[in-house]
Amino acid sequence: MLEQQLINGLMLGGIYVLVAVAFTLTIGILNFLNFSIPGIFMLSGVFTWFLLKSGVHWALALAGAIAIGAAASFVVERFTYRWMRSSDHYVPLVSSMGFLILFENLVLVQWGSDLQRVVTPFADLNIRPGSLVISIPQLVSLVLAVCLVAGLQQLLQRTQMGRALRAIAENATTAEILGIGVVSLVPAVFVIGGLFAALGGMLFALNYQQVHPFMGEEVALKGISAMVIGGMGNVWGSVLGGLLIGIVEVLSIHFLNADFVDFTVYGLLLLILFFKPTGLLGASKIVREKF
Amino acid sequence: MSGYVEGILVILLLNVIFAYAVYWPLAAGQLNLGVAGFVGIGAYVSAYASNEFGIPPYIACVGAGFVAFALALVIAVPVLRTKGIYLALATFAFGQVLQSLFLNLEIVGGAAGYPVISYIGVGGIAVCTAAVFLITAFLDRTRFGLNMVAVHDDEAVSDLFGINVRAYQALAFALGAGFAGFGGALYGHHFSYIEPQNYSILFSISIVLFVLLGGTQTVVGPLVGAAFFTLLPEVLRGSEEWRYAIFAVCIIVIMIPRPQGLITSDQLSALRQFLVRDRLREERHG
Repeated sequence: MLEQQLINGLMLGGIYVLVAVAFTLTIGILNFLNFSIPGIFMLSGVFTWFLLKSGVHWALALAGAIAIGAAASFVVERFTYRWMRSSDHYVPLVSSMGFLILFENLVLVQWGSDLQRVVTPFADLNIRPGSLVISIPQLVSLVLAVCLVAGLQQLLQRTQMGRALRAIAENATTAEILGIGVVSLVPAVFVIGGLFAALGGMLFALNYQQVHPFMGEEVALKGISAMVIGGMGNVWGSVLGGLLIGIVEVLSIHFLNADFVDFTVYGLLLLILFFKPTGLLGASKIVREKF
Repeated sequence: MSGYVEGILVILLLNVIFAYAVYWPLAAGQLNLGVAGFVGIGAYVSAYASNEFGIPPYIACVGAGFVAFALALVIAVPVLRTKGIYLALATFAFGQVLQSLFLNLEIVGGAAGYPVISYIGVGGIAVCTAAVFLITAFLDRTRFGLNMVAVHDDEAVSDLFGINVRAYQALAFALGAGFAGFGGALYGHHFSYIEPQNYSILFSISIVLFVLLGGTQTVVGPLVGAAFFTLLPEVLRGSEEWRYAIFAVCIIVIMIPRPQGLITSDQLSALRQFLVRDRLREERHG
């Protein structure tokens, strides 16, 4: 059932796309590898489970989970990037990592480390073209992911805010001299990134129906790889990279075995970094306009 | 010494070695997120050598360090084509590839792990840690260390002054990997068992965290960071389940006033000046 595997790979890739976009935003604009993203992904997934379990209407539960993720990302900005923007690129990594440990352990204290089963109202919605099975929530996730990336691209390209953000990406100091409110715009980057990560976490909880305090780590590592493979700082690159990694992962389980997934995925990442470090979606474009 | 204290002490000593494994590349401006892979290489090579060929454990450990050093020199050629965040990610990918190799290598037990027969006690590890510290402190005071700082601060200018930037970067990377391999070898020989699951990216990241928290400008920084990271969770043990949450808050709060780490070179030179001034004043009055 190769076709079915390819479909599964694309669906999984949709989640990676969202996480990769979250990473690529902070890297592309602020040159900062934000390690709190797996924590935000996890928070949103866990709250999806918790709110659904406590009987909140599903629409409210999903909105609530995403809002919590975005709010957490806003808090992260207050305590990390704001204080360390003039230091070496790897310095804010420490405190964003601190937030990941904090989020994971708060959830651990509250709900324990067990795998929790998410009861979703859409578990059995499938379409079956021929012998294939396509889950509707997964399909919706994938379409949503691509649409949101297109929206983000428009935001960056056409709006005043997008222009300001691209100026910051080019050179934060010059942007500030030219009157762009860097201090007030950076939180926006974190909130948008947080929204993408939170959406990823929520969809993961709904599609795979399980959550636990450390669910963000594995997905985030794949998300980072997706970002690099596509081309760092390039939002369409994240889409390409995310889908590619989803497919490579599923195919290596299909043709080799589950133990070889890391080998193929990270081997691919290593090769890309050696031979085309700017990623699949071209160098010149990123250097010139970054998005 | 009670078993509990001894256990903590061994972890602390090994963490200090791992801290210097991350310190050297950082001193040359490279973030190595694949340290765990080199730690694993050291552990497996030394264990295989002492198990299968009966090589004495200390020789096996030092040898494993050299194997990791050599491997890093080879891998440095393509890895150092990348810079900054790309370099960090390339080392990350390399570490992940190595870990999945360990998980799939049946000759050393695969995912089930690999037992180590010979044993190295806490005393031996203490001596080895002291050696790693002294080598680092010595190198730091030589021209080698000075050139490393120059490469970190400005590659182009260092190049203009005739420093072979690429060679120094490769050496820093390989020296770190060598220490990592040596530490990993000691780890395997002390705990008598090697589990491939341990050599994950999380292990690499936590070492990087304690080095950055301690500060990378001075030789004592990583030592302080390793001690802080090993001991604080133990001190917080009283608060049971909250301890890692409190620990995380400590990291976040410390980094705000001290983004360059707990120990900085300005601080040390101020301390030195303070001490020297005192002595001068004594001489004048006495």
